[in-house]
Amino acid sequence: MNLVTPDTGLLFWMVVIFGVVFFLLAKFGFPVITDMVEKRSAKIAQSLKDADEIQARMASWKVEQAQMLEATRKEQSQMLREATETKARIVADAKAQAQAQADKILADAKLQIEAEKESALRDVRREVAILSVQVAEKVLRHELSDEGSQRAFIDQLVDEANQAQMHNHS
Amino acid sequence: MMLAFFISLLLLQGDTLGPAGLGMTENMPGEVSVIPSEAEGEASVSQDIDIAEIIFEHIGDEYEWHITEWKGKPVAIELPVIVKSSTGWHVFSSERLQHGEHYQGLYIDPEKGKILDEATGKRPLDLSITKNVLSLMMSTALLLVIVLLTARWYKKHDALKEAPTGLAAAMEPLVMMVHDMARENIGEEDYRKYSPYLCMAFLWILLNNFLGIIPFFPGGANLTGNIAITLVLALCTFFTVNLTGTKHYYKDIFAPDVPGFLKPIMPVIEVFSACMKPVSLTIRLFANMLAGHIMILSMVCIIFIMAKYGPLLSGGMTLVSVLFGVFLDALECLVAFIQAYVFTMLSSIYIGLARVHEE
Repeated sequence: MNLVTPDTGLLFWMVVIFGVVFFLLAKFGFPVITDMVEKRSAKIAQSLKDADEIQARMASWKVEQAQMLEATRKEQSQMLREATETKARIVADAKAQAQAQADKILADAKLQIEAEKESALRDVRREVAILSVQVAEKVLRHELSDEGSQRAFIDQLVDEANQAQMHNHS
Repeated sequence: MMLAFFISLLLLQGDTLGPAGLGMTENMPGEVSVIPSEAEGEASVSQDIDIAEIIFEHIGDEYEWHITEWKGKPVAIELPVIVKSSTGWHVFSSERLQHGEHYQGLYIDPEKGKILDEATGKRPLDLSITKNVLSLMMSTALLLVIVLLTARWYKKHDALKEAPTGLAAAMEPLVMMVHDMARENIGEEDYRKYSPYLCMAFLWILLNNFLGIIPFFPGGANLTGNIAITLVLALCTFFTVNLTGTKHYYKDIFAPDVPGFLKPIMPVIEVFSACMKPVSLTIRLFANMLAGHIMILSMVCIIFIMAKYGPLLSGGMTLVSVLFGVFLDALECLVAFIQAYVFTMLSSIYIGLARVHEE
């Protein structure tokens, strides 16, 4: 039958035309398309992988960030505490130092006052002695202006000296 | 599409239809101009139509491409006849062989519709550009243009940065479907070598299957339902498989690891099976497409057969046949894709089997 007998002419033309077009398309057609699409697929796959990686990295960054924040907060409070302590210490130290200084000044002042008083007393004493000698001199000069009284006085002094000697011997 | 099909069929077959056959077609354009021309001369105005003749004319090959009939004159492309007969090469228009005329010692066999040599009464070497060959040229050129335009898009645009548009967007899924099929069935190592052939086979078969369903001029040739065409396709697969097989593949055929008593039998079986593969590919595609065309044509012919049984019966059957025709056309669209897919997939599987490596 006609239908199942391959026709020579059609066979010939099919081989020629199909062959030529296949050659052209295999060289300039399909590889261009498939290569480009494969490149694109590879790029898309790579991009997806990259995105995943970036996401994972972002997540880890977030954790890190939180940790850092926590650490900073801790450090901050630590520093605040330390600052407070330092302040208290400095104030206490200053107080103590001021007290000591004040005590020292007071002590010095007392000593000086004592010394002043001492020297003032010495001066007073010296003045009193000088005054008393002068008074005595004046008194003696007045009293011993006549003979009698000079004798009486000498006698009195001798008596006194005797009495003192007797008093010493006894 | 179906309406156009009816009209073209009606116009084509106008000469074989009797007056009754035309009775039901008042609303169809061009009907008035259909004048029985040859039928009158042969005095065979018959009310019966020869279904087999109509169908075989549509699925067969012709030396001219009858497109339609316009104002009583056939509109047809007269194709060149290229023949090497016992008297040498002859090239002329097929117009000269119309109506059984003899020209340069050649004539068309009225029974088979093929050119015969007067001197020997046998088929000469016939390389004529027939309807099928012209369709083959046009569809293959169309495929070439489509694929090269697609490739040009990828050359002109940076596919890494923009999505394909237009033709490239339409072609990419088809090409990549075959490309991925090749990778799956042939293996990562050397599927690239075979992918262009598989893409070519798939797109070519798909395009021609669809063109075969279109009932008017650029389509309408029954190319993938022609055994010569499917034979060439299957042989391409056969040679690709058997000329590029691995050592292991040939060893499995000629010296398989089987018990001693099977050793002489196995090569025979294996060689037979290798040769049956292209045969099955040929017949599968050919028979499927041919059967589809015959079914659709038969559905259309029901209208003309029923025409003489009165308006009620013919009207009812027309409705039925139109519904079935639409259904079959839709089915054919599905089959067009499936057959292209199956041919390509089997080809890739056969190639993959021949690329086995030592385990």
